[in-house]
Amino acid sequence: MSPPAVTSALSIAALPATAKYALALGDDALILGQRLGEWIADAPQLEEDLALANISLDLIGQARILLSYAGELEGAGHTEDDLAFWRDDNQFRNVHLVEQPNGDFAVTMARQLVFASYQYELYRALQDSGDEALAALAGKAFKEVSYHREHARTWVVRLGDGTEESHRRMQAGLEAVWPGVPELFEPDEVSLSLPSVAADPAGLEPHWARFVDGVLAEATLTRPTPRWRSRGGRSGLHTEHLGHLLAPMQHLHRSHPGASW
Amino acid sequence: MYGNHDTETALVPDEGDSERQAEFDALIADDQRIEPRDWMPDAYRRTLIRQVAQHAHSEIIGMQPEGNWITRAPSLRRKAILIAKVQDEGGHGLYLYSACETLGVDREDLLDRLHGGRQKYSSIFNYPALTWADVGAIGWLVDGAAIMNQVALCRCSYGPYARAMIRICKEESFHQRQGFEILHTLAHGTPAQKEMAQDAVNRFWAPALMMFGPPDDASPHSAQSMAWGIKRFSNDELRQRFVDMSVPQAEVLGLSLPDPDLRWNDERGHYDSGELDWDEFARVISGDGPCNAQRMSRRIRAHEDGAWVREAAQAYAAKQAARTLEVAAS
Repeated sequence: MSPPAVTSALSIAALPATAKYALALGDDALILGQRLGEWIADAPQLEEDLALANISLDLIGQARILLSYAGELEGAGHTEDDLAFWRDDNQFRNVHLVEQPNGDFAVTMARQLVFASYQYELYRALQDSGDEALAALAGKAFKEVSYHREHARTWVVRLGDGTEESHRRMQAGLEAVWPGVPELFEPDEVSLSLPSVAADPAGLEPHWARFVDGVLAEATLTRPTPRWRSRGGRSGLHTEHLGHLLAPMQHLHRSHPGASW
Repeated sequence: MYGNHDTETALVPDEGDSERQAEFDALIADDQRIEPRDWMPDAYRRTLIRQVAQHAHSEIIGMQPEGNWITRAPSLRRKAILIAKVQDEGGHGLYLYSACETLGVDREDLLDRLHGGRQKYSSIFNYPALTWADVGAIGWLVDGAAIMNQVALCRCSYGPYARAMIRICKEESFHQRQGFEILHTLAHGTPAQKEMAQDAVNRFWAPALMMFGPPDDASPHSAQSMAWGIKRFSNDELRQRFVDMSVPQAEVLGLSLPDPDLRWNDERGHYDSGELDWDEFARVISGDGPCNAQRMSRRIRAHEDGAWVREAAQAYAAKQAARTLEVAAS
């Protein structure tokens, strides 16, 4: 059997703008969901195996809705699985932050604080989107990410204000993920072309910063000022890590083209 | 998930408070539940701690073979179901550690016993999950065997354990169905998928049957556990039920069970099945299985790598408590 013919025809450039937007948000959720799934059975305590599994599951759920919607808007019959398993890394539109390896628990919690707080503002804004499907998803996802944000806040404060070692690791975790922050709030062509549908990324930042800075202060941590920043994820230019994440994720599905699971 | 066997030395009920012993015996005889605040013989308590802890450990070690497929699940729907399933197993571990804590031990201590090799987990998890079909076979056969044991445990004489079992059984039956559905899809899929499904069933059938524990004539302390109402059916009875249930299910799947001696016995009204390799069972339990070392080292590594996180949480809680006191004093 050969790969489904429709899949090879996927052209990101030709997608309607709303499909591109849904794909970018869906890819963020999918890739972070995949990353967090790597923690299961390896977390510092059983409660965290459960919490990280739960967050991963929420993100995969958001990704399924968003990728299905992107496929539907494209109108070429691509399913969520076609989009998840048959695109190469340069066809993914996620930000670099979510593809970064998990690191230790502090790195993961730093990434969670940054990203869940971003998704919190994003979905809050998208509840008013002129696109009904995105507004409905945002309503459901907002409740989920409110929990994710609170979970991250609690851990960042505990680790920042815990022991000397946890403080040091938590600060190092922030330093590791902070270069990925600007990309989240960077105005991109797709969202700029959809003023009544998309949330304005730059407009989310002040709310995000107010919350995150409050958490860092409570945690006795310092906001990093990195010398470099990530760029390119939204246009398909990724870090070396994404290929390593996609290889195991896509391998089995691609090994049996056309099979049902 | 859980096996019916346990592996430590049999315990002899202690002498002692004869009046309270009589009350305890009367409760057991009357098929009543023993609750945490009730008096109970030390040997009953120790047997339960061993069994409930072993069950809890099995749940958390059982997260490893299936968790192994989370990153590689072949569709997003299957990935989501598998994450939810592995999360449930962790949740079962939590209820069971809590049930065990009602017997006067704490989770940290139980984990130390697991890590030190002084308590066991179900031997089935010492077999590898090599293909996606193994996720199906684990759900269908391993969770299926677990349910057979656990439904019986819902009537266990110790209240907290029996209640944990009722909740767990509901989720396990969902797990078994998802395993069956995975195998059904594979068995009706491409030739390569069907081959994958048959291979998984071939490898998991005998180990799943061994989950019920050694034959009754070689099960050292089954009798005492039956007398105490902890155990309601013998290993061989449960194993027979499981075989009888699985044969027609395998027919629906269109897969064969790897036992040339498996056939219906009209006289007994049951399926006869071939001898299991009890030497292999003993070998795997004693540490010489394909994944024993891997499962334990991963568990210990996760625990050790997480020590600084748990310490930080304690230190933070202590600081918060001190701050609350300061505020109260000022």
